[in-house]
Amino acid sequence: MRTFGFPEFLFILQAAQWTVALSLIAFIGGAIGGLLVALGRTSENRLAQFVSGGFIQIFQGTPLLLQLFLVFFGAPVLGFDINPWVAAGVALILNSSAFLGEIWRGCIQAIPAGQVEAAHALSLSYFSRMRFVVLPQAFKIALAPTVGYMVQIIKGTSLAAIIGFTEITRAGQIINNATFQPLIVFSVVAAIYFLLCWPLSLLAAHMERRQAAALAR
Amino acid sequence: MNYTFQFGDVFAAWPLLLKGTWNTIELSLLAMLLGLVVAIVCAWGKTAGPKPLRLAINVYIELIRNTPFLVQLFFFFFALPALGLRWSAYTAALTALVINLGAYATEIIRAGIESIPKGQIEAGLALNLKRHEIFRFVILKPALKAIYPALTSQFILLMLSSAVVSAISADDLTSVAANLQSQTFRSFEIYIVVAGIYLLLALSFSALFRVIYKISLNYPDRR
Repeated sequence: MRTFGFPEFLFILQAAQWTVALSLIAFIGGAIGGLLVALGRTSENRLAQFVSGGFIQIFQGTPLLLQLFLVFFGAPVLGFDINPWVAAGVALILNSSAFLGEIWRGCIQAIPAGQVEAAHALSLSYFSRMRFVVLPQAFKIALAPTVGYMVQIIKGTSLAAIIGFTEITRAGQIINNATFQPLIVFSVVAAIYFLLCWPLSLLAAHMERRQAAALAR
Repeated sequence: MNYTFQFGDVFAAWPLLLKGTWNTIELSLLAMLLGLVVAIVCAWGKTAGPKPLRLAINVYIELIRNTPFLVQLFFFFFALPALGLRWSAYTAALTALVINLGAYATEIIRAGIESIPKGQIEAGLALNLKRHEIFRFVILKPALKAIYPALTSQFILLMLSSAVVSAISADDLTSVAANLQSQTFRSFEIYIVVAGIYLLLALSFSALFRVIYKISLNYPDRR
């Protein structure tokens, strides 16, 4: 039987690159989807409001794990060949689109109505209004909660282990099955996640404090 | 796409799904209640406790909030038994849920406690209320009212993340679904139905929380 040594530690540490890669995919895809969802939610078009509202309700009202299963088992039904990589990526992108969309909707709505009215008065088009007036200001407010949400994305990628994607948690399970030393294995796994997430949490808290101080002036 | 949906096997298993749904409700409600108690105690410790206690609570919160729930679950189910603790998957799952929720809810309740104006506490002192009476009536209740929306959405997130306990087969709704799909191979149909049940549960829980608010916290605020 193997015991937990440096090679085993290295195996788990190397799997961290897949956690990071998956998190980046989920964040970038989720940012694009989330922007669309947030714009849909805040638009004056009833259909766009309804569709993005339904999207948020469905993805915030069902477990991420089930969304992962539905993509993984549903894609073959629709005729797509799928592997855990793609399934995890798609499910996490859809999920973070809903959550980021809802966070950013709040930030867009926090922009004073006078700003939008002024843009209207200047006869700016929808695109210019958003691009030059609303979104740059909303971006500032959105920064802290978005960094905070990245922590949720990193933690969410651990569920990909359940459909067999080898990231940190799955690597930990594999090593645990070989060494039967769950205490040290899962402590190491937790420690790696902690080192990935904690700096982001601290950064988000720092940004939030700075913003609160700026608003208090 | 040439796939015929067959929901027959799924609906034929409705007693199992019902049992699984009930287990998920029970697990979530228990975790919410116990997690709330943990959070109130920790929030009290963090705002009024001695420095070493505050430090310990901070470490607990940061450790839990910066690691995935799945890893915490594995830790409780695989690692602690290796130290000699014997418990069932259900108990391990419940413990992991309570400890996870406790950390998030502590921060929410602490924010509520800190929003109580100092004058209100001094008014309690002036009325000669005892320390625990001040905490119970003057601090905690208005604090819970102030942060009620954040707390209840955390509760619903907990109910949804309880699906993860199926990874250790803790008999919840998702475990039932996983068993069914290994017997019938109708994975997509099963998970669609189960996702629908979770959506209904989330909506029902938020309706329940609105009723609780109307009954117990719907008193006028004086500002």
